[in-house]
Amino acid sequence: MTDHASHSHAVELPSATGIPHDKVGMWVFLCSEVMFFTGLIGSYIVLRFASPSWPHPGNTLNIWLTALNTFILICSSVTMVKALESVRNGDLRKLKLFLSMTLLFGAIFLSIQAYEYRHLLHAGFNPHVSLFGSVFYTTTGFHGFHVFCGVVCMAFVTGKAFLGKYTQAHHQGIETIGLYWHFVDLVWIILFTIIYLF
Amino acid sequence: MAEHKHPNYLAIFWILLSVTILEVGYSFLHVPRSLLIGGLVALAGFKALLVALYFMHLKFERKALGIIVGSTLILGAILVSVGIGEHVLPKP
Repeated sequence: MTDHASHSHAVELPSATGIPHDKVGMWVFLCSEVMFFTGLIGSYIVLRFASPSWPHPGNTLNIWLTALNTFILICSSVTMVKALESVRNGDLRKLKLFLSMTLLFGAIFLSIQAYEYRHLLHAGFNPHVSLFGSVFYTTTGFHGFHVFCGVVCMAFVTGKAFLGKYTQAHHQGIETIGLYWHFVDLVWIILFTIIYLF
Repeated sequence: MAEHKHPNYLAIFWILLSVTILEVGYSFLHVPRSLLIGGLVALAGFKALLVALYFMHLKFERKALGIIVGSTLILGAILVSVGIGEHVLPKP
């Protein structure tokens, strides 16, 4: 047994739920994130429907570009879940490939969002131009920040995968970051609909 | 999670992609506003459910996780409902 493995076994305590501690921890964290985004989305709904008038998002925002970005984030969720499936099957080559693809998709998503912001700001649509502007930049900005954090964590996990730190038996880190990544995708699915399509 | 269960991830991907295209197309239709919003929310909810159940493997997890997530969703629904009831719905 390696030093790393023996150390891990020494500190690992039995889980009362039968679920690994880090997975439970990530789920509890995601639940707090659910409440965070519920606050943002709830505020949006109240502001939107309590306002006497609201601009049609399609007149200001580029729906097709964002639909492409949604497609990219969905692709990244698929590559993420395929990475987990690969390491469970012991295919470390595919693990590295799919993690790299997920990282790339995340970076592309952020790049397109940065391009969108730049274009909108250049056109005079900024956070203080209207209530719609404030809501748009707050919700999509916080989501973008979450994607950025996910990309940083994904880069760390991908680096560990290339260093051979994950095996078929020890890969909890892949599942944990995967949960976060899918959650970010899930939130975007809702944000895309309510911010861009209503 | 049960390690032996392998959903067809590519099939879920195609469903998500198809529903996204359907959503964008639907948003351009000239339908009554309530029908537009109801339809889009239903489609987005369906997509979110697919991601949670199959990509996040919630469908195959133990009951304890379902209780943690379910109670959070109930709290979230209460939060949004109170806001809508207080500020959006017409006062009697």
